[in-house]
Amino acid sequence: MLTLVAALLALYGAAALLGVVGGRRVLVPVYVLSGLAAAATALGAARFLASGAAPETAVLPLGLPWIGAHFRIDALSAFFLFVLGTAGALTSLFAVDYGGHDDDPGRVLPFYPAFLAGMSLVLVADDAFSFLVSWETMSLASWLLVLATHRQSETRSAAFLYLVMASIGVGALLLGFGLLAGGSGDFAFAALRGAALGPWKSGLFFALAVIGTGSKAGMVPLHVWLPPAHAAAPSHVSALMSGVMTKVAIYGFIRLLFDLAGPAQWWWGAVVVALGGITALLGVLYAVMQSDVKRLLAYSTVENIGIILIGLGLALAFHANHLDLLAQLALIAALLHAFNHATFKSLLFLGSGAILVATHSRDMDKLGGLIHRLPMTAVAFLVGAVAISGLPPFNGFVSEWLTFQAIVNGALLPQWLLKLAVPVVGAMLALAVALAGVALVKAFGIIFLGRPRNNAAATAQETGALMLAAMLALAALCMVTGVAPQLVLALAQPAATLLLPHGAGLDLSSPLWLAPLGPDHSSYSGGVILLAVTFLAALLGLVIHRFASDRARRSAPWDCGFPDTRPETQYSAAGFAQPIRRIFGATVFAARERIDMPAPGDTRPARFEISFRDPVWEAIYAPTARLVSLLADRLNLLQFQTIRRYLSLMFAALVLLLLIVAVSQ
Amino acid sequence: MRSALLELLQLALPVGLAPLLSGLVRKLKARLNGRIGPGLLQPYRDLSRLLRKEVVLAPNASWLFRTSPYLIFAAIWLAAAIVPTFATGLLLSRTADLIALVALLGTARFALALAGMDVGTGFGGIGASREMMIASLAEPAMLMVTFTVALVVRSTSLQHIAEYLLTHDVGIRISLLLGVLSLLIVAIAENARIPVDNPATHLELTMVHEAMVLEYSGRHLALIEGAAMVKLLLYVSLVAAIFFPWGLATDIDDARALAVGLGSYVLKLALAGVALAFLETSIAKMRVFRLAELLGGALLLGLLAAIFLYVSQEL
Repeated sequence: MLTLVAALLALYGAAALLGVVGGRRVLVPVYVLSGLAAAATALGAARFLASGAAPETAVLPLGLPWIGAHFRIDALSAFFLFVLGTAGALTSLFAVDYGGHDDDPGRVLPFYPAFLAGMSLVLVADDAFSFLVSWETMSLASWLLVLATHRQSETRSAAFLYLVMASIGVGALLLGFGLLAGGSGDFAFAALRGAALGPWKSGLFFALAVIGTGSKAGMVPLHVWLPPAHAAAPSHVSALMSGVMTKVAIYGFIRLLFDLAGPAQWWWGAVVVALGGITALLGVLYAVMQSDVKRLLAYSTVENIGIILIGLGLALAFHANHLDLLAQLALIAALLHAFNHATFKSLLFLGSGAILVATHSRDMDKLGGLIHRLPMTAVAFLVGAVAISGLPPFNGFVSEWLTFQAIVNGALLPQWLLKLAVPVVGAMLALAVALAGVALVKAFGIIFLGRPRNNAAATAQETGALMLAAMLALAALCMVTGVAPQLVLALAQPAATLLLPHGAGLDLSSPLWLAPLGPDHSSYSGGVILLAVTFLAALLGLVIHRFASDRARRSAPWDCGFPDTRPETQYSAAGFAQPIRRIFGATVFAARERIDMPAPGDTRPARFEISFRDPVWEAIYAPTARLVSLLADRLNLLQFQTIRRYLSLMFAALVLLLLIVAVSQ
Repeated sequence: MRSALLELLQLALPVGLAPLLSGLVRKLKARLNGRIGPGLLQPYRDLSRLLRKEVVLAPNASWLFRTSPYLIFAAIWLAAAIVPTFATGLLLSRTADLIALVALLGTARFALALAGMDVGTGFGGIGASREMMIASLAEPAMLMVTFTVALVVRSTSLQHIAEYLLTHDVGIRISLLLGVLSLLIVAIAENARIPVDNPATHLELTMVHEAMVLEYSGRHLALIEGAAMVKLLLYVSLVAAIFFPWGLATDIDDARALAVGLGSYVLKLALAGVALAFLETSIAKMRVFRLAELLGGALLLGLLAAIFLYVSQEL
């Protein structure tokens, strides 16, 4: 398997080089090569997992001279390679058609394979140095991809914010690895695994790991860069960033905290569960308020990361209390949700790309009625929307159901704080899932239903065959995973068993029922629901058409007697979100509505204004930015000194450093 | 053979009895208002008349608008068949636990809200937007009740819950009392009854459900209205199965128990209908933005109930 990954990395490298040299002309070969490599990754990883092969390791004489570069594939890396490969292959297929619509494909082509390669490398890295280098490759490649649309000013600020946040994240990871390695200088994961940190140091490591990986995944409050960056990137890149890169960050989280950090402490679980609940709820509230479809989807990514973090936090809490069976349940729920989110979020972002190609707009208030103009895209987008809203019989529900099962069992945790936190987080998760439904009804309803709101939407044309094929394949995956989640769970189980070896015993054998804790507990079957609903609906349709009436006539809509043909009389994106904005937004976002109604006889137009404040930005980022710029102003003094002053400064710094060394020894 | 027949009965029962329950509520409300009101069987007549009428579609109504009524009715029908009505241990009950049941109803609502937006009228939009707002609070409240019950019973499966409560003496628990209160509020909200919504109104800006389905006619409307009736019956069965499971037959081979189960089920439906009629006549409809307080209250009650149990649970 490692040989395969090495070969595929070479393939990515070849594709990237081709992209550098060829520019626009080599668009098809670059995406085909990347897609083939990703597909091979997925197949290889699935085979590796299904065969139950032992972990493979390799040491190459690269990187730091005294340790070399270590690579390793175990069940956890293989599962995430599977996620990466699946989404990457279909995204590349989409890009073969879509890539030509980019403003400047030459700015995308070299970095797209490099991005895929960087993510694959993170998943197989087995020492801190290679891990960080791969992590930075992934970050920089995606940063360059975001900059593909650099002519728009919002892209530039999004990219800047992304770069700053990525640097903070990698800084935290660097410190964390340093803490783990101590003075030994051996950065191989095998050596780090054995490091026994005291309670304080391991707590610090936990915090650094959460900041480092959480900032990449989009955890609140470190999520601020994610929506603008994911929205600004070309749509197939957005699909990869939201669908796959956040999962690589989740992989980092699991690798650092379940594998390297040593014995888990129960309060880690409490912190992660709480962060997950806040992330899920705040992310989805932001999503409901958006009227730009790609920003809505990006905020929904934040929500889904929250759901995954809830699962992981519960797993940590159960694991710390030696309830390993339940820990496995929670972990497997998180892993399945990671896969599910990769499928439906890639699907939805690709759908937004198709909409963008067809109408040149991301603003929902300029769309409408696309179900008639883009029928197949509409079907695929609808499947994605239902799946991401956590509704049966699609895949999003299965992982959320498993997470809820873990939450129900949270009462078995002995610590009071957890006993209190788990039901509250359960309520937050339930709210988040219900609000996700609101956000996606809004997205699908405003974009695809109703009447077109402008000419571009009225004359849109269905997109290319390969784009449709990629979206429909992802939609099919959402359906299959929903009906037969056992297929993916079988791939996730080795990873869960690897990390929690004492928890074996989850029952995932039955092909029809999902009853992980045994037949006497709760069960669910997506297949039966799908079959029964289809059968009953078909039966109803046949009987009614045969025996009652099958006549239909087209006529003007009723609309309580006053139909208005102007498309502006339809509900807008902001109007649809109004109830939610009033209920939640007034407190969370300080949302205010200002109505300016001219007096009778006055001909000036009436105005309606909505203002928001972002609590996270104002509480954390704005003060930090002010502080940094204040300090920078003060330190500016140091930039304009004579050489004599500089020399004395250096001397003082040297003395200080020697003093520190002397005191600390 | 016997279990297959019983399963068919379980499938037929909600659809067969739902219009009667709605007829009962309407008749009683009319009597309480001092009117004679239509007969108990009027909903059956309405539905069969609607089914035989032709459908009038807006010019831009899509396939989604035309297929949604069938899917919605089928999903709610299946959900109603999963809730134990007169007996436990039937085949379909393994398909979904309480969480999946809530989600299945969510799928039906998702389809209904989209269908409401399909024609692109103002009323459809307002209905869909408000229905989703109500759902966004009612659904979590319902899940909190689920957690509460699940902690007492150690399962989220409906038949386990009913059987456990039948065979164990759980006593009077504060959590269950809070839970039943929360569930009742959710049931009223989900079924668009007063004080949340008025099922008998048109041409009123505060309406929710009726605004959403305003463009439906003929057989489509019959299915939507029928689905609403089945949903009302479903919630009655749900409250009955979770909190008042007395009379449920646990042994499907025992003919006498089955008869008792059926009889007690019909009795419970009638009682629920009477209670609903009295409730709806005695209070006024709320303003739509006051609903957040009512439903938020239900959510907090559910959360409180769950927290009590989480904290008191031992290994």
